[in-house]
Amino acid sequence: MSFLDFSRITKTYPGVKALSDVSFGVDKGAVHGLMGENGAGKSTLIKILSGDQLADAGEISIEGKVQAYASTRDAFDNGVIVIHQELQLVPELTVAENLSLGRFPASAGIIARARMLDDVGAKLKSAGIDIDMRRKVKTLSIGERQMVEIAKAIMLDARVIALDEPTSSLSSRESEILFALIDRLRGEGKVIIYVSHRLDEVFRLCDSLTVLRDGKLAAHHISLKDVTRDQVVAEMVGREISDIWGFRPRKAGDIRLKIEALSGAKLRTPANFEARAGEIVGFFGLIGAGRSELMRLVFGADPRSGGAITVDGKGIHATDPHGAIRAGVVLCSEDRKHDGIIQGRSIEENINISSRRHHTRFGVLNRASEIATAETFIKKLKVRTPSRKQDIINLSGGNQQKVILGRWLSEQGVRVLIVDEPTRGIDVGAKSEIYELLYQLAEDGMAIVVVSSELPEVMGICDRILVMCGGRISAELNRNQFAEKAILAAALPDKKTPDAIAS
Amino acid sequence: MTDRLKKILLGEQGLVVIFVVAFALVSALVPNFLTDRNMLGLLQSVVTVGIVACTMMFCLAARDFDLSVGSIVAFAGMVAVMASNATGSILLGLLAAIACGAFVGFINGVVIAKFRINALITTLATMQIVRGLALIASDGRAVGINSPDFYQLALSKLLGIPTPIWVLAVLFGIFGFVLNRTVFGKNTLAIGGNPEASRLAGVNVDRTRIWIFTLQGVVCGIAGILLASRITSGQPNAAVGLELSVISACVLGGVSLAGGRATMSGVIVGVLIMGIAENAMNLLNIPAFYQYIVRGVILLLAVLLDNLRSSALGRR
Ligand SMILES: Nc1ncnc2c1ncn2[C@@H]1O[C@H](COP(=O)(O)OP(=O)(O)OP(=O)(O)O)[C@@H](O)[C@H]1O
Ligand SMILES: [Mg+2]
Repeated sequence: MSFLDFSRITKTYPGVKALSDVSFGVDKGAVHGLMGENGAGKSTLIKILSGDQLADAGEISIEGKVQAYASTRDAFDNGVIVIHQELQLVPELTVAENLSLGRFPASAGIIARARMLDDVGAKLKSAGIDIDMRRKVKTLSIGERQMVEIAKAIMLDARVIALDEPTSSLSSRESEILFALIDRLRGEGKVIIYVSHRLDEVFRLCDSLTVLRDGKLAAHHISLKDVTRDQVVAEMVGREISDIWGFRPRKAGDIRLKIEALSGAKLRTPANFEARAGEIVGFFGLIGAGRSELMRLVFGADPRSGGAITVDGKGIHATDPHGAIRAGVVLCSEDRKHDGIIQGRSIEENINISSRRHHTRFGVLNRASEIATAETFIKKLKVRTPSRKQDIINLSGGNQQKVILGRWLSEQGVRVLIVDEPTRGIDVGAKSEIYELLYQLAEDGMAIVVVSSELPEVMGICDRILVMCGGRISAELNRNQFAEKAILAAALPDKKTPDAIAS
Repeated sequence: MTDRLKKILLGEQGLVVIFVVAFALVSALVPNFLTDRNMLGLLQSVVTVGIVACTMMFCLAARDFDLSVGSIVAFAGMVAVMASNATGSILLGLLAAIACGAFVGFINGVVIAKFRINALITTLATMQIVRGLALIASDGRAVGINSPDFYQLALSKLLGIPTPIWVLAVLFGIFGFVLNRTVFGKNTLAIGGNPEASRLAGVNVDRTRIWIFTLQGVVCGIAGILLASRITSGQPNAAVGLELSVISACVLGGVSLAGGRATMSGVIVGVLIMGIAENAMNLLNIPAFYQYIVRGVILLLAVLLDNLRSSALGRR
């Protein structure tokens, strides 16, 4: 018997067996990794732990005592805190208020502000989290919000802390702070469950590891000493993946996209770059370097204040996504929840929303072709779902990402495909399939721009890398010049030692 | 057994099941309910609400709101009567009414979509402006219809069924098709689901919203004409409070006020449930004051059911 025990947990959603008969234990003072493909059931297990969902069968016990939570609040009170894949803070409240929510120090219903600020300040300081607690959460970056979530767990003196893909939107520096924090919590004897798709992190942080596949326990490692990464990958996807990048050299053709002196409200320095047919151009930089802002200008998502965009020698004058798409430029945005998924609508509709215009007559849909498109991309991208009619909100995070990619890959007549953090939250196996799709599109003559914060990814799949820093393009390297040090140095604003943030 | 029942009630077709059960119960318990005459009367009584609900469904599905429908219906009715009296041509009167409705809707749409003014506020304003116009145009009095042909719009029958009911049925069919089978309908639902993501997916959000409000105006014009014909005059005070009945019927029919969710069949059922409740209460001679309470309770129950349905999907 361990400190925290999952025993025979089973959970079924309509048409999906999310978890079947999963049992394992975690010891005190251990960081326990939880890995598996998209839709393997990781988040579901965490949601059951947090009282957010009820298991159909099985039980969770802490120190031998069976836990039965009626709500997340109940789990809180029992010292179980979960930081979900999609963050859950109240944007209009300040950091301090968010951290005290539900437990405001108050007398006669009036919040004792001074005491609240004192309490929160002390905890934040002791955790080494450097955030102004008077700021409203909506003004924080995603990374900072993540920190606030973790601070919440520390505030509550949790016994068990579960983190669901916490680093997927953190910069490497922010990740480092998080890892230090996790190490400290481990030292204090907490139990930490750590869900991630990144093998590097798991091997750096975790003491033990559970791998789920199709809702079943695929492997349980009490120690990671004698376990190799390839072995874990094989346990996750059920086959060996020798080279996840699978890079294939291509011949670059004529210039497809030419950006001259492009600027906007959030990107003051005019930017210049070009992308050729058949070329995959990477944009690397730290979070906040202005990469997404630049791409949003190219796509017309934000208004441009100056500059010219030329596609195949023809200037684009449209100032909205509608016009850009018709000119053959598409952007898959980085913020899936806010800019990507259309809640309440089916996978089929989410895929077809843009590309359907090629099949309509007088504004009337062509049902057969929409169904075919949806089925094709569900299959191509291996979206795990019982049916194309499933509401997208019911998919696991990584599967939602695949559907949004499907939306753009199904577009016709695309000349320039811009993907911003395309593989965020996607498992190793699916990643290499997505790269393969990108290569094929490039071979067919598309110009592809990949924005990514993962250095290995840009180095692995791109023909050329542009590095951005502080809103300007600071370096350009061809594939034969790729070097981690040089790229990181160009990405860092104040030339700190690159090793401090190496991912 | 209770599990099965729960599953049926909270499932996709829960509302339809409830409707069928309610209909059967009322038929059995209320005398004179299930007669040809009463059925036609019932359908005629829901014509105005039903017609306007067709486009209100689009409005709500796109996360918008339209409070001005009652005023537009009254105004369009006035315009139809006054214009056909003045020109001597009923057709011109009808066209004028529809054009006026479309114009008001278009203004609503432009202000909401282009100037980004909250739909609630915008239509609250136009609701009062348009009502004022109707009152000014008629000096606050009802305007009689000169040509008896105008009455025929509401009185004429086809296959024994009054024309307004046919109009209602045709509009149900058209808007059901538009919602499910056209780009416009899908874009409307997408905007309601996530406006920013829809914009980034290339949906022309502003144009779609302007169209929604313009169509709403057109449809209010049609409803106004039929209403004027039925009450044999243009009444500046007609259709007061219509917006609330229409929104209630839509919500009853499972249209989400948070946007992104709507079905024509749901709205039809919502409209009919409201009509049946009112009709049964009239047959049972329940005083009007109590009818308000019943209507409110039905609406609350419907929303609660909807809530139960979504949470049943979420946590089990
Ligand atoms: N509310 C729901 N309704 C229906 N199916 C659901 C629901 N929530 C999750 N599922 C399904 O359960 C399965 C497991 O989902 P879960 O979110 O646990 O996956 P995951 O391992 O966290 O994946 P990812 O790596 O993509 O985050 C998926 O197939 C998903 O589609
Ligand atoms: Mg997940």
